[in-house]
Amino acid sequence: MTQWERFLDTFFKWDVIVQYLPAIGRGFVVTCELAVLVVICGISLGLILALIRSYQIKIINFFIICLVDILRSLPPLVLILLFYFGLPNVGLNFSGFMVVILVLSFVLGAFAEEIFWAGITSIHKGQWEASRSTGLGYSQTLVYVILPQAIRMTIPPLTNRTIAITKNTALGMVVGVGEILNQATIAQSFSSNASPLMMGAIAYVLLFVPIVYLGRRIETRFAWKKN
Amino acid sequence: MEQIIQQFFNIGIMIEAMPIVWRGLGMTLMLSAAVIPLGLMGGLGVALLGDSRFALVRFLVIIYVDFFRAIPPLVLLIFIHTGLPFAGIRMSPFTSVCLAFLLNNSAYYGEVYRAGIESIGKGQTEAARSTGLSRFQTMIYVILPQAVRNVLPDLISNTIEVVKLTSLASVVALPELLYSSDMARSISYNASPIVMAAIIYLIILWPSVRILSRFEQKLATS
Repeated sequence: MTQWERFLDTFFKWDVIVQYLPAIGRGFVVTCELAVLVVICGISLGLILALIRSYQIKIINFFIICLVDILRSLPPLVLILLFYFGLPNVGLNFSGFMVVILVLSFVLGAFAEEIFWAGITSIHKGQWEASRSTGLGYSQTLVYVILPQAIRMTIPPLTNRTIAITKNTALGMVVGVGEILNQATIAQSFSSNASPLMMGAIAYVLLFVPIVYLGRRIETRFAWKKN
Repeated sequence: MEQIIQQFFNIGIMIEAMPIVWRGLGMTLMLSAAVIPLGLMGGLGVALLGDSRFALVRFLVIIYVDFFRAIPPLVLLIFIHTGLPFAGIRMSPFTSVCLAFLLNNSAYYGEVYRAGIESIGKGQTEAARSTGLSRFQTMIYVILPQAVRNVLPDLISNTIEVVKLTSLASVVALPELLYSSDMARSISYNASPIVMAAIIYLIILWPSVRILSRFEQKLATS
């Protein structure tokens, strides 16, 4: 067997690929579900926290800042293990799927809050004053005047962060969620062949390369402009 | 409440787990000391190649960066650690982690440097070149020092992410902070060791996160 044939036999063995394609496909669906749920929950959470923070209530802001800082300092895997193995002991039973969604949504929410907040504070004070003087209330000013401008500036950093955190769905493997990586490693150990893992890697590339590319486009289009 | 303290903040178990968690911390610090410089240098290489004169090289760099930004680092690590042995390439867990991190982080750091280099006006290059500096000298002595200053917050933020990422090494049984404390958890049937690890991560990373937050807010309001 030549080197090349050996390489193909190890990473692209046709029988193995055909046999485990359905499993990887199922994993692909689970990863997509996780990703969509995390993105929706995380970004909404971040936006809500940033809005609450803009009301400048001292005690609430203190809690938000602490929560955000803690979530930004801890590796997501630590939180996943803590939730998955710790919570059942106090009577809270979550499936691995739920734990991954909870933890990643919290983490994305924390980063998104910080990004939205930076966007809100970057809007010039004159905008607030002008819109308040036309008779809009505080909340109206926030929603109709400040946010539309702030969100535009937050899109590039937010896309990058969202991609990075969504990729963490692979951590679901550690708590037995049947996503791509988990299916691929199981298939690898059954078939004693690296092809399933290669398929898994390709599945991730198929899923994320378009998003990374889109992120790059968005970044150049909405480039963070300084006034 | 008592149950929560018993399960998550059990001082007795924490003290018992202390030596093993402490060794884990040592490994995490060693790992960080290895992968951060590797990533910083790899990223610099990627950024310099991305600024190459040859369109083909630039194109390949974009493919490299997008590819490694699309692959979750855990997938890369598992591929290197459990996939490559099938092809006869065997590495220790530590080397696997270093290699995976080098590939992944150089793409991320490369993007950060690139943003910095792009933030420097063309006039700088032209002025430096016209004084007789070569392309390479211009990059090293004129562009990079300014570029790095401009993207310092992003470099710090990325480095924090790298330190957090070292926790992935637990999946390939490298006895770093998370692996050690998870082992202590499985022996004691109690989540306190992991809480202890979380507190240690907080102590290491919170100051940098706070400084970074200040930095970003200042930039946004300036």
